[in-house]
Order: sequence, then structure tokens, then C-alpha cells
Amino acid sequence: MSKEGKYNRYQRQVILNEFGTVSQDKLFSVKVLVIGAGGLGCPALQYLAAAGVGQIGIVDFDIISLTNLQRQVLYATEEVGRGKAETAAKKIRALNPEIKVEVFNTRIQNSNALELISPYDIVLDGSDNFATRYLLNDACVLLNKPLIYGAVFQFEGQVGVFNLEDKLTQIKANYRDLFPLPPLEKLSCNEIGVIGVLPGIIGVMQAAETIKIVTGVGMPSTNKIISYNVLNNRFYEVEIVPNENMGSVMPKSKAEFLKFDYECFCSAPPINEQITPEDFYELLKNEKITVIDVREMDELPLISWVENINLPMSEFESGIKSISRTSKIVLICQSGKRSLAALQILKSKNPGREVFSLIGGLDAWEKKRENSV
Amino acid sequence: MAIKLLTFGQITEIIGQSESTVNAMDSDALKAQLIMQFPGLKDLQFAIAVNKYVINENTGLKDGDTVALLPPFSGG
Repeated sequence: MSKEGKYNRYQRQVILNEFGTVSQDKLFSVKVLVIGAGGLGCPALQYLAAAGVGQIGIVDFDIISLTNLQRQVLYATEEVGRGKAETAAKKIRALNPEIKVEVFNTRIQNSNALELISPYDIVLDGSDNFATRYLLNDACVLLNKPLIYGAVFQFEGQVGVFNLEDKLTQIKANYRDLFPLPPLEKLSCNEIGVIGVLPGIIGVMQAAETIKIVTGVGMPSTNKIISYNVLNNRFYEVEIVPNENMGSVMPKSKAEFLKFDYECFCSAPPINEQITPEDFYELLKNEKITVIDVREMDELPLISWVENINLPMSEFESGIKSISRTSKIVLICQSGKRSLAALQILKSKNPGREVFSLIGGLDAWEKKRENSV
Repeated sequence: MAIKLLTFGQITEIIGQSESTVNAMDSDALKAQLIMQFPGLKDLQFAIAVNKYVINENTGLKDGDTVALLPPFSGG
């Protein structure tokens, strides 16, 4: 193709003074990996392909279902039952045969994430669950790749750019700086309603952030989260700073990453890992157990009625190694919430350990003691 | 002391409105007060932003401040 010819398709953006052939050439040479070809991924893929992103990777293991079509606009009714990754690839190749498209019909997980992401320059998160979101974040931090975050809930969406250094402030924040721990919920996104246009808007915003980062045109939302509400058209932007005091448990090496159990980290601990004050009392009488108080050092009342280790949440990760490897562990805090979070951390690092969280925490324990006196 | 409280996602569902006025000395007190009033908040994780900056530790509040409570969304 002639030198001019290769810009023909992109003429409307190339003629922008701020953009030009310089920006177009940057897009030609960039590789973007899109995780999830769903509500966010479909519109993002369309616009990235149309804009002339040189190489696009699509990772999705799912098949198209009828209830996807309300928002996953790359797919046709007759394609229900087909694989999302290859169908999306077919559509964007038809839209723009000049770009390279790679299909990964697979679920992204510890074992393949680093390999999938490494050849790419930027990752766009269009996933639909917390386990994948934490996994992508951690992988991008380890590999030093910018992560374009997008997520939706009912009528509201969030967009942000993580793991990209702000040139002015030198700050580089990530998803765990904003949300060190996932919520203890079991609802999958497929069960939460979403208005169809919303992922369309958020996915296109993610594509826009990607294009701004690649070309250097404009101001990407680096270290920021933008919330958008489709019902009242309200945007709200907040700035994120690195968060060192939350005791988050991000894997610090590739080896740690490969071992981290994201499913466990992001799912509410089963009820059999939670212990009632009554059962805890019985356990204390009958067995040698390790009791760990995860409250901060200065929190009262001190626990004097049982031998215990104080391992505050802020130091929990580093302190885990010192915990006895043999006995059962009961984690305690004031209300039972932080001990659940600690249980998640412990289980994600040491699957198979017998660990319990005291339901209702010290509050419930004190109440039981008052009642029994 | 009037603090403007903005909420998002599930937090708005629990509190019942996305914008309200509250009184609190600092972010910890505000959080405790909200959890007391709306126990459903106890099981949620959310980021707290004071005047559009996400905070990582207890932060003093003054008249006219805006506090936003942002839960993570997972949907895609």
C-alpha cells in the first residue's frame, strides 16, 4: 500500500491537528490485549479495531447466549452458541482487515496470564468477576503493563487507568490501592442486572483511554477512577494514591503469583470455616489451637482469657510466616469482619490449612459470656 | 458541621439515596456512624474519597467537605 494509502481509512482522525499521522503510526504499532469479549469488550474491540490498533488479542472462553445480545453488540442472534473470542475476532477482522487479531479461546488464570499478557503493551479489563480483576491487576503490576479498568453495576459504571506512571507526580497506583480486598459476596455479575447501553459507554471510554495512552494525545485517567451514572448523567472522578498501610496481599514475584488462589481470595469463606462462639468455646476446651487477634495493637479490650498472637491486619501478610504450621487457627477481631478478610488472605496463601473466623467477633463472644454468667 | 455524602452502587441501595448531608469529625467516625445506622454496609468493601482524593487512613473532616463511598463493581 502506498504511504498515503495506509492512512485513507483513518483520514477523519489523521486530519485532526492534535492527532495526525504520528499518532496513527503509534496505533499501528501497538498491541492491546482485551480480556473478555462481553459487554465491555465488544464495544472496546470495535473501536480499537476501527481506530487501527496494530494487534488486538481477544481472551474469552465463553459462548454467546441469548441474554448476552442486549449489550454484547458484536454478536448476531444466529451466533448464539458459538465461541465469543473467535466470533468477535471474525467481526473485527471484517471491520478492519488491516489489523492483526489473535484469538485465545481460554480462561485467563495464574498459569497462563503472564504468558498471555507479556507480548502485549496494554491490557483492557473487560472481565466480569473479582477473581479475574485481581489476577489481571497483579499480573500487570508484575509485568509493568498499563491496565485499562472498566466495570459496571446496574446503571453505574467505573473507568480508570492503573499501573501507569503519572509523568508529573511519578505516582503509579493500581486496583489494590483502591480496593485492597474484594467484597465478601457471592453474586456473580450475570445475576446482577445491567442496562445494555452502560457497558457500551464504559467500554468505549476504555477504548478512548487506550488510544490516549498510546498516542499521548490528551489526558488519560491515570491513577483515577471515574464513576458514571447513566440515570442522571453524573460523572464523579476521584484520585488514587498508592496505599501502603492496608495489608494487601499482592503477590510480589512471579512464583508468588502462580501460587495465589484468586478464586478463594474473592469468594466468601464457606460457613464451615466460620465458627460460632459456642463451638469456639468447645474447641478451646478440647484442643490446642492457635488464636490470632487481627485487630490493631492499640485496640481494646485486650484478650486476656486465652493465649493469643496479635497480628494486625496491617501486618498480617508479613506475619503469616510466623504462624505455627500444625494446629488449627481461629482468627478473631471485634465484629468478625476483619477476621473473615484475614481468613481469605490466609487461605489464598495456604490452601488446606484449618482456619476459622469467629462469627460476630469479640462482640458476640462477650455477649455469650454475659449470657452464660 | 455539614459533610456532603455521595454514594455509589450497592451503597446507595442500602442507604436509600445517593446524596445526603451528614455530621462527623473524621472518616472513621463517619464510617462507624453509617454502619450503626445501616448494618448492611458492614459486609461491603468500599473506598472512601474525601474531596475527590481516595484516603488510606483516618482523615479529619471539616464543614463543606464532600465524602464519596465507592464500592468495587465486578460486572462486565
